[in-house]
Amino acid sequence: MGADQVGVKPNLFNFSLKSLKLKTKQQELLIRVIVLCLIYVLAFITRLFSVLRYESMIHEFDPYFNYRTTVFLTEKGFYEFWNWFDSESWYPLGRIIGGTLYPGLMVTAAFIYWVLRFLRFAVHIREVCVLTAPFFASNTTLVAYFFGKEIWDSGVGLVAAALIAICPGYISRSVAGSFDNEGVAIFALLLTFYLFVKAVNTGSLAWALASAFGYFYMVSAWGGYVFIINLIPLYVLVLLITGRYSMRLYVAYNCMYVLGMLLAMQIRFVGFQHVQSGEHMAAMGVFFLMQVFYFLDWVKHLLSDKQLFQAFLRITVTCAVGVGALAFGVGMASGYISPWTGRFYSLLDPTYAKDHIPIIASVSEHQPTAWSSFMFDFQILLFLFPAGLYFCFKRLSDATIFIVMYGLTSMYFAGVMVRLILVATPAVCLISAIAVSATIKNLTSLIRKESKAHGASAKGTTSAKASKAALDQSLPFQINGAIALLIGAFYLLGRYAIHCTWVTSEAYSSPSIVLAARGPHGGRFIFDDYREAYFWLCQNTPSDAKVMSWWDYGYQITAMGNRTVIVDNNTWNNTHIATVGRAMSSYEDEAYEIMRSLDVDYVLVVFGGVTGYSSDDINKFLWMVRIGGGVFPVIKEPDYLVNGEHRVDKGAAPKMLNCLMYKLCYYRFGELVTEYGKPPGYDRARGFEIGNKDVKLQYLEEAFTTSNWIVRIYKVKQPSNRW
Amino acid sequence: MAKFLFFITFVSLLPLFGSSFSSENPTDRRILVLLDDFAIKSSHSIFFKTLQTRGFELDFKLADDPKLTLQRYGQYLYDGLIIFSPTIERFGGSLDLAAVLDFVDSGHDLIVAADASASDLIRDIATECGVEFDEDPTAVVIDHTSYAVSETEGDHTLIAGDDFIQSDVILGRKIIETPVLFQGVGHTLNPANNLVLKVLSASPSAYSANPKSKLSTPPSLTGSTISLVSVVQARNNARVLISGSLSLFSNRFLRSGVQKAGSSIKFEKSGNELFVTELSKWIFHERGHLKAVNVRHHKVGESDEPAIYRINDDLEYSVEVYEWSGSSWEPYTADDVQVQFYMMSPYVLKTLSTDGKGRYFTTFKVPDVYGVFQFKVEYQRLGYTSLSLSKQIPVRPFKHNEYERFITTAFPYYGASFSTMAGFFIFTMVYLYNK
Repeated sequence: MGADQVGVKPNLFNFSLKSLKLKTKQQELLIRVIVLCLIYVLAFITRLFSVLRYESMIHEFDPYFNYRTTVFLTEKGFYEFWNWFDSESWYPLGRIIGGTLYPGLMVTAAFIYWVLRFLRFAVHIREVCVLTAPFFASNTTLVAYFFGKEIWDSGVGLVAAALIAICPGYISRSVAGSFDNEGVAIFALLLTFYLFVKAVNTGSLAWALASAFGYFYMVSAWGGYVFIINLIPLYVLVLLITGRYSMRLYVAYNCMYVLGMLLAMQIRFVGFQHVQSGEHMAAMGVFFLMQVFYFLDWVKHLLSDKQLFQAFLRITVTCAVGVGALAFGVGMASGYISPWTGRFYSLLDPTYAKDHIPIIASVSEHQPTAWSSFMFDFQILLFLFPAGLYFCFKRLSDATIFIVMYGLTSMYFAGVMVRLILVATPAVCLISAIAVSATIKNLTSLIRKESKAHGASAKGTTSAKASKAALDQSLPFQINGAIALLIGAFYLLGRYAIHCTWVTSEAYSSPSIVLAARGPHGGRFIFDDYREAYFWLCQNTPSDAKVMSWWDYGYQITAMGNRTVIVDNNTWNNTHIATVGRAMSSYEDEAYEIMRSLDVDYVLVVFGGVTGYSSDDINKFLWMVRIGGGVFPVIKEPDYLVNGEHRVDKGAAPKMLNCLMYKLCYYRFGELVTEYGKPPGYDRARGFEIGNKDVKLQYLEEAFTTSNWIVRIYKVKQPSNRW
Repeated sequence: MAKFLFFITFVSLLPLFGSSFSSENPTDRRILVLLDDFAIKSSHSIFFKTLQTRGFELDFKLADDPKLTLQRYGQYLYDGLIIFSPTIERFGGSLDLAAVLDFVDSGHDLIVAADASASDLIRDIATECGVEFDEDPTAVVIDHTSYAVSETEGDHTLIAGDDFIQSDVILGRKIIETPVLFQGVGHTLNPANNLVLKVLSASPSAYSANPKSKLSTPPSLTGSTISLVSVVQARNNARVLISGSLSLFSNRFLRSGVQKAGSSIKFEKSGNELFVTELSKWIFHERGHLKAVNVRHHKVGESDEPAIYRINDDLEYSVEVYEWSGSSWEPYTADDVQVQFYMMSPYVLKTLSTDGKGRYFTTFKVPDVYGVFQFKVEYQRLGYTSLSLSKQIPVRPFKHNEYERFITTAFPYYGASFSTMAGFFIFTMVYLYNK
């Protein structure tokens, strides 16, 4: 930029050069902006692996629902979307889409789409949806920068931005195509926290208001907002207990809570839950506690007699606690305050879901986290996290207390559920950034001091003597050690970057709707069976046909096959899902009765026995049995197990060998040789020769099987004509 | 020569394709009659004559005719099939058990008459239609109390049956007063099949055994569980008649007099003619065939059919039901046609009122439940073809702007919010400027 101006005004050469020479502070700003821009771009492009490897498409299961609703929103407008009653899912109950989703993601994507259309960019809505998550990940890096700056300094901000840009824990939910609530919600979560910390630090109403709006956006985007509305009161409570109560806190929390609550209640799915359900009660309790604190402060200010105040304090606290407890008790007893939901319970008690709510426990992303996945998602951050905590404790402030609490609570939740690693990721990145930044700063300052001291001693001034004295006290080889440590730190960070890129490209960029496998000669095989099957459904079945499948595939069938489904990934009605589970685990004739009563025309099963695809319906089958048995006690899990083992071979339980799911998966499979040197009917996913090779279907007939047998569709026959 | 003959028959059949069986004109037109030998054609000529006078084209073929076929190029050549060949072991041509059943399953009618010498093939057809003939091939129905008095036979196998099904639709309005002569094998109905009906049952004293041998074991079929003549109306409204006696249709039985044992009245003529005529009218859809058309529903006060209803909407439902009289569609009148508003279970069940011209209608309020409902008419009456209509319609909840605004009872709340706003404003003013 300097060169340009020089070219334009050659006569001012000398003057310009001098005036354009940036001061150190400006240089630093320029570097910071450039680095941030690079991080911003990096966060976006590192998430594009999936688009390059496969194609620009929506991934997984839930994103298909989000995509379908976004398309509806852009086509029909906001009011139709808000009032949408979907008769194509949960047949015959239907689903009020407008009232049972968090609209933030769809509205955001539609808004971006409309803006682009307004600017005359003829984009397809799918491209917008595919790229929404990377775009918001980029924005998250900016928020992380400002957050880091707020809790420590701008160096931490930069490091935090860089760490979060490529952290696998976050990338897993925000690659291109992963059009899910979390993609937007992590941005909103971090923004809310940042604005709230800013409000607490400044005591400004404006920042508190901004954080209320951030909270509103979060509520509109993801059910994880419950984390915010419990963490912030907890944080406030900790500040109150540790005697850090201040007017700044009072303003920030009250404004954020009251306005945030009113705004959150505008989301239909939340509505009055925000003041009535058990999950939100902590926030309300802390809100009242704040008022009591303020009141006591005021009374203390008025009363000069200390003893009188002590007595007053005792009475007030007793009354306040008593009234609070009474109100809560009455609220609970009258049902005005709803108890905690199962999902919330299962977070506090990880074993709860397994015993009581199989439908929650059956989801793989609700499983407790394994150590390996912590390592996989955080790598060196896992070691830097405690170090960062150490630095935070060393320099306690309102802001660092917040980040410590955020880090510790979210780490606990990340240990309870795999998917909540996502929530912990920003905290881990920020705290690790503190560790990295503080360490590097210390080391570099050591090195610089050393070199400065050398330079100074050469000149032989008096000030050098003082520093020389300081240097003498330090350990020998300190500078060498510092350099070595610095190199080590950069090596670790380099490894982190390599690891993140590798994980992103290998593990987290698979769309899961198209499967890829490596052949024996290293060639890449693509199994596009899902889309093949959905396209077949779309083209070959009557438009009002009802498809029964396990709920995992519901969203995809409605979005891609455009057919009515009995259950889908929304899982709001456990009984309905249990009915499907019961049908799948019953004998064919019993299942036929159930299917007739639900007007089912087609049954879709996913089968991996030919390709070795392991997350198929046979492996999910025990969950169907458990969920079905949870509502219909005629289905008993031991009937399907042999000595507690889930088997499909000759030693399998007789009920297993004759239930509908087994028959549909293995129909005609006994004739097929899947692997050279193995008998026909060898199931590659489980490594067994199947036990019932002669499967006969009486009430269903095979309608379609995809080229790799991954999806099999059966037609339910009409009742016999003469019987 | 055979080819030429076939060509002639084919060409002569061609014009008939236009007037063949259809949903608009359900009465059968072309009937294939399979015979053991052509003697039956003359020995049962009265029955065949009544059919021909009613306008049916009968095509007589030997059951083992090697050219036998029911369909050509995917089109059925006949609308009905009469199998008067109880002894046939294998049909000729392309006809076999599966072909006969396919014929029925594609909506065509069938009359099967067995005999004491009924072959396995005939028994199999009957079994597939839900009727089990006595397994003992020598057994016939014997009745020592309600047999028909006869000079020639003394073993009481000629039965005078008068236990008819109580249905005007199947047997016609004219009550059959004279007993029907029957001689042949008995059968029972498969309890798993709820579509098959006994038209003529044996008396409680009947049993099924070989009249020539001594009864060593108790007979397997006894009493009024024995059915002599049964009908099946399949789900696609194809009708099947199964008779244990071929001679039931014969000229000899149609013309002979009858005197039931123990009764002094001697009828000049048996009831067989009326019985087989009326029954064949039912079998060939000259009677008891209903159709429902013009299913309409709309909101009260509107005329267009909506794609979706809202909860608590008032709607009007109407359907037109006609009965086939043999030559034209007449309005069907009944007071028991009901409509269900159904989602897994009926939420509304209403009897439709009729205007006597075939139109049935009612109005009702959509229940306060949203979901995908169906208008269901399940009209199954004895003898009539079953009407089973279902029409899917979703019901949505209120939209956000469809709730009532400014309810009187909520005025305290409005007052509260506005007074709070005003109070806050005043408070702010006082607080800021009153120092």
